[in-house]
Amino acid sequence: MSLVLDHVGLTVGQEVVINDVSLTFERGTMNVLLGPTLSGKTTLMRLMAGLDKLTAGTIHVHGKNVAGIPVRRRSVAMVYQQFVNYPSLTVYENIASPLRVAGLPKAEIEDRVTEASRVLRLDPFLDRLPAQLSGGQQQRTAIARALVKRAELVLLDEPLANLDYKLREELREELPRLFAESGTILVYATTEPAEALLLGGTTATLWQGRVTQIGATPLVYRKPANIDAARVFSDPPLNEMGVTKSASQVTLSDGRALTSDALLAGLPDGAYRIGFRVEDARIGPPTGATDAFPGVVSVTEISGSESFVHLDVGFATWVSLVLGVHDWQPGAAAEIRIDPRRVFVFDAAGLLLRAPEAMSVSPLAVMA
Amino acid sequence: MLDKPWNNRAWFFVIPVLVFVLFSSIIPMMTVVNYSVQDTMGQNNFFWNGAAWFQNLLDPTTDIGGRFAAALVRNLIFSLVVLCIELPLGIAVAICIPRHGWRVGAALVLIALPLLIPWTVVGTIWQIFARQDIGLLGAALNSVGIHYNDTQDPTSAWATIVVMDVWHWTGMVALLAYAGLKAIPDAFYQAARIDGASRWSVFRNIELPKLQKVLVIAVLLRFMESFMIYTEPSVVTGGGPGEATSFLSLDLVKIALGQVDLGNAAAMSLVYNLITLSLCWIFFTVMTQLEQRKGS
Repeated sequence: MSLVLDHVGLTVGQEVVINDVSLTFERGTMNVLLGPTLSGKTTLMRLMAGLDKLTAGTIHVHGKNVAGIPVRRRSVAMVYQQFVNYPSLTVYENIASPLRVAGLPKAEIEDRVTEASRVLRLDPFLDRLPAQLSGGQQQRTAIARALVKRAELVLLDEPLANLDYKLREELREELPRLFAESGTILVYATTEPAEALLLGGTTATLWQGRVTQIGATPLVYRKPANIDAARVFSDPPLNEMGVTKSASQVTLSDGRALTSDALLAGLPDGAYRIGFRVEDARIGPPTGATDAFPGVVSVTEISGSESFVHLDVGFATWVSLVLGVHDWQPGAAAEIRIDPRRVFVFDAAGLLLRAPEAMSVSPLAVMA
Repeated sequence: MLDKPWNNRAWFFVIPVLVFVLFSSIIPMMTVVNYSVQDTMGQNNFFWNGAAWFQNLLDPTTDIGGRFAAALVRNLIFSLVVLCIELPLGIAVAICIPRHGWRVGAALVLIALPLLIPWTVVGTIWQIFARQDIGLLGAALNSVGIHYNDTQDPTSAWATIVVMDVWHWTGMVALLAYAGLKAIPDAFYQAARIDGASRWSVFRNIELPKLQKVLVIAVLLRFMESFMIYTEPSVVTGGGPGEATSFLSLDLVKIALGQVDLGNAAAMSLVYNLITLSLCWIFFTVMTQLEQRKGS
């Protein structure tokens, strides 16, 4: 079983919602669709499920064009961000509903529902109505409904977004395992880079209805093919600046000249965009060093084990990650230093020219 | 112990409301109570009559008691009939209203139009509409051989009033139900489509349960209003033919203003009021209890 999207497009009125998307999904794989809200994740899933009609391209399942096949005859299951269950049916009946519609024999339904409710730890609640369950249990019920169907394609549309932190962690671990045995194609849409990294598998980054990159999840994170993919895969956002190089002189977009061309070493003259992630923005007290970017702290977000310090450097606001709780008060003067080996360099069109090497884990570095 | 200041002066804020309610409701109500326990021989001389008016009223063997019981039965039948028609019809209309585009506004305005017409005008429209000589409905029905005469035939009179009420108020049920339907996230419909659920099962298992709360409101509003109906039948049939469409409110006006029988009328108003109040309370309690039992 494979699902192939070939130059798929969707235009609603004048608006291009999905723009020339080509993706291949193999059975038994975990595929992450990563993109911000309105990037087209849900729409793409609706197209894959057959809920909407494509306006361009084709979708092939097992090498067969599925354009004319209605949703109910496709082997698809879907879980949503909202907890979608039939409000008037018990948990048991909810889980059984796709099987009843399919007309399975009673014993088989009983078996599958029992199995799914055991795996999802819903056995004590089978007689309850969805409204009598907690959010996590409701979503488990919805997942169980998708599981019993044994669909070839399972679409998970931000399934954990409405759950609290602890439940999310729990279910995020369970989900891929639950479906792994059935050999189904699992497609998981999320807005969170961290979630994509935790899920692993293959990631396709989406930006404004277009797939900006496809690849193994950690690889896409380390080597985003272009600036759009890098932006989608950075949370907090990527720190960026526009620079121009001419005759070994690097000039910032605000006209300031840098003392060294280390950032763009070995690259020909021209305009570039430089991006670096929060962990590579080293913040410190102002030293007046010529290669540092001085600025004023605008916000410090403290999340416990780490703090995000937002620094207004004049032409942009950059974010720096520091471990532990730091006392960077808004208004304080500080500077950010960039390690030239830790930056992404994009060309004027936004294509990646250079990415930092993966960090090797050395025990010494951890000790320090 | 916390040293909390304890001060009851905040109650003074309630005084304006109390004064308003006193003049708008309690004093007028008390004059009715006053009439209901007294009798008069004219010249503004009243004397104590105890609970006699109430005893008469609640005893169906007396003249007034019989009238009251008959009118009460008519009211209950009328409310039941219009609820049974308007609720399903309103839901059906709401389901047919488009959800997107310019047609939404057009459909909503069209459906809301009858609600914006003053009640006496509704009555007048239907009174003329139903006439056998010049009324579109009356003349048309008779010309195709259906005997229809709302001034002589009780069935015709009832049919006219029921249809009129349905025409007037189904829109409100439809608007309420439409608001409820709009609140159902699209994901529910998608999930049903992926399941391969039928249209009926979508209605039965998604739409109807999700509409429950608005439908409770719709039932309450429609019951109250239909149980207190006065203007439209008074214009269309005047309670006739005979007593066929004499609802409690019409009878009350006849007794109070036609016969100036203040004692009976006052007792009747109070009992009428109490019946409406208690029926609404029962409705509301039963329906919210049902919901709570499901919800928790």
